Amino acid sequence: MMLVALATLSLLGADTLRVGTGETYTRIADAVRAAIPGQVVVVGAGRWREPTVTIDRPLTLLGRPGAILDGEGQRSLLIVTADDVTVAGLTFQHTGTSQVDERAAIRVRDAAGCRVHGNTIVDAQFAIYLETTRGCEVRDNVVRGPAARQMSAGNGIHAWKSERTVVTGNRVTGHRDGIYFEFVTGGRVARNTSEQSARYGMHFMFSNDCAYEGNTFQDNGNGVAVMYSQRVTMRGNTFARSQGSAAYGLLLKDINDSEITDNHFLANSVGLYLEDAGRNIVQGNTFRENGWALRSLASAQDNRYERNTFELNAFDVTTNSRQAVSTFRGNYWDRYRGYDLDRNGVGDVPHLPVRLFSLVVEQSPASALLLRSILVDLMDLAERAFPALTASDIRDDAPLLVRPSPSPRAP
Amino acid sequence: MRDASVAEPAAVHAQQATEPPRLPTPTRAIGRILRYVLADVMRNRWILGYALFFLVATDLLVRLGGTGPRALASLLNLVLALVPLVTVVFGTIYWHGAREFTELLLTQPVERSTLFHGLFAGLVVPLVGAFALGVSIPLIAHRALGADTMGTLGLLLLVGALLTAIFGALAVLIGGLVDDRLKGLGIALGAWLTCTVAFDGVLLWLAVSFRDYPIEGPLLALSFANPVDLARILMLLRLDLATMMGVTGAVFTRMLGSATGMAIALAAMAMWTLVPGWLALRTFRRRDF
Repeated sequence: MMLVALATLSLLGADTLRVGTGETYTRIADAVRAAIPGQVVVVGAGRWREPTVTIDRPLTLLGRPGAILDGEGQRSLLIVTADDVTVAGLTFQHTGTSQVDERAAIRVRDAAGCRVHGNTIVDAQFAIYLETTRGCEVRDNVVRGPAARQMSAGNGIHAWKSERTVVTGNRVTGHRDGIYFEFVTGGRVARNTSEQSARYGMHFMFSNDCAYEGNTFQDNGNGVAVMYSQRVTMRGNTFARSQGSAAYGLLLKDINDSEITDNHFLANSVGLYLEDAGRNIVQGNTFRENGWALRSLASAQDNRYERNTFELNAFDVTTNSRQAVSTFRGNYWDRYRGYDLDRNGVGDVPHLPVRLFSLVVEQSPASALLLRSILVDLMDLAERAFPALTASDIRDDAPLLVRPSPSPRAP
Repeated sequence: MRDASVAEPAAVHAQQATEPPRLPTPTRAIGRILRYVLADVMRNRWILGYALFFLVATDLLVRLGGTGPRALASLLNLVLALVPLVTVVFGTIYWHGAREFTELLLTQPVERSTLFHGLFAGLVVPLVGAFALGVSIPLIAHRALGADTMGTLGLLLLVGALLTAIFGALAVLIGGLVDDRLKGLGIALGAWLTCTVAFDGVLLWLAVSFRDYPIEGPLLALSFANPVDLARILMLLRLDLATMMGVTGAVFTRMLGSATGMAIALAAMAMWTLVPGWLALRTFRRRDF
C-alpha cells in the first residue's frame, strides 16, 4: 500500500509518463521506451491491445482504475527483464493458452527486487511467472484462472529457481496449481487464499528454508503438495475440503526437519499424508471432520506429534505398518475413553489411535461402506475389551482430556 | 375404547332404520379406526417413553457434542439401532394386543383392507410422531438448526420415518403369520438382529474375501437387500462425503451421490415398506379369525 501511495504521489511530479487517449502516449510500449530509469508510467482507463510489452529498465508501471491490458487470447502480456520494476493496479486478461510457450500475464525473468502489487489477472494461462528472480514480492493480487482444464491451464503464481520470493495476501482461484514453487530458497508465502485449483492449491518442490503461514487452501482438486524440501515451516494455515480418491489437505513427501504447527485440517478425504518424511514436528494442529485425519506411511519416521486435536474424523491415524516409527504424546483425541484419576488433565491409560476397522478398510477399501454400522461399533468395543486385537503399536501415552486449542468453526 | 366401539354399531343401526345400509367410504373408515387406535396407543407408556428417550438423547448430544451436522451423526447410530428395534417389538406386541378389537370390528360392515390400513396407520403414525418430535424439539430449542443441519435433519427424519414404516410392516407380517406371541417376538428380534448386525457381518466378510476384485458394485447392490444399510448409506453420503470420496475411485459417491442415486435408494426403501405390507395385507385378508 505504501508503495502505491508513493507512486500516486509522484503522479503529480514531472517523473510521470501518461498513457491514455489524448495523452502523450497512446501505447504502453512507447511510454516504456521513452522512460528513463526510476520514472513512473501511468496507464489510464481503457482496454489496451498491443504486442507483448517488455520492461527492460527499472520503472513503475501503474494502472489507473479501469486500465486493462488485453491479450485477446493471442499472447503474453508483460515481460519484465530489469531489476527494481514495480507493476501495480493493472488488470490483465485473456492471454489464451499455448502448448509451445508458456504464456503469462506477467513474466519476470532474470531480475531482482520486482514488486507485483494489487493487480487483477483474469483468464491467463499463467498469471504471474517468476523465473530466476531474486527478492521479488507478489502482493495483494487477485487471480482468476480459466478454471479447471488441468492440461491446458497453467499455474496462478509460479516461481521457478528464485531466491527470497515473497507471496502475500493474494487470492488465486481456478488455475492448475494455485501457487507453484520449484527450486525457490528462502521464500515466504503468507495470508494467501488458493481455491478451486484443478490440481494443487500449492505445489512446492525442491524449495528449502521456506515458510508459509496463515494461508487458506480450500476446495482444491488434490490439496497442497510439499515435496523434496528441507526445513520448511508451515504455520497457521487452513487446509479444507480437498475431497477425492487422491486428495489430501497436505501431502508431505521427502520433507525433513520441518515444522507443521497450528494448522487446521478440515473436511478433507485425507488431512495430512506423510511419505518418506522424517524428523518433522507436528504440533498444535486441529484435525476435524476428515475421512482419514493423519496417514503416515512406514517410511515416514521419527516425526513427533504433540498437542494436536483429533475430532470427528472417520479415522484418526492410519499407517501401513504395525510398528510405531513416530511418537505421539499429549494429543487430544475425541475417541479417547480413558480416565484421569489424579486430575492432572492427562489420561491415565494410553490411547491407541489406530482402529481395527481402519486396518480392514486398508486391506479392502470397499468395506468403507460399513462405516457407522453397528457392527463396526461392536468391533471398536471388542478392541477396547481385548487389547490383543489392536491394529498397531502406535499409542499416545499421555492423551489430553480437554482439547488444547479452541475448536475451529466448521468449514 | 371398548365402550366407544360398542356405541358405534348402535349409530349404524339407527341409520339403517331410515335408509338402506351403506358402507362408509374407505378413507373415512380408516380415519375412524385410526382415531380409536390412536386414543389407545397414546395412552400407552411405550410411546411416551420412546419420545422421551429421543428427547433426552438428542438434548444430551447437542449439549455435549455441540451443534452442526456432526451432532446429528451421533444421533444416526441411535436411530439406526433403536427405531427398528422398538418398532418391530412394539409392533408385534401391538398386533397381538389388537386381536380382540380386530375380531370385533370384523363383525361390522368394514372391509378387511380398510381395517388393516387403519390398524397399520395406528401403529406407524404415533411411532413416527414420537420419534420426530423427540429429535426435533431439542434441536429447535437449542437453535441448532443451520441451513446445512436442516437438510441433514430432514433426511434423518425421512429415513427414521421410512424405517418405522418398514419395520412396522415387518411386525404386522410377523404378527399375522405367527399366532404365538412369544414366538412372534423371537422372530421380530431375530429380524432386527439380522438387519443391524448379521447382514453387515456378511458384507464385511465378502468385502475382505473378495478384496482383489471390484467388489464395490455388488456390495452396494447387496446392501439394497437390507433396509437398515440403505438408511445408513443414505446418511453416509451426506455426513461422510469426505471419507466416501476418499475410497478408491469414489465408486460409492459416483453410484449413489447423485440425486438419481438418492432417489433410487429412497425408492428401494419404499419398496421395503410396500412388499412386506402387501404380504401382511394378503395374510390378513385370507386369515380365518
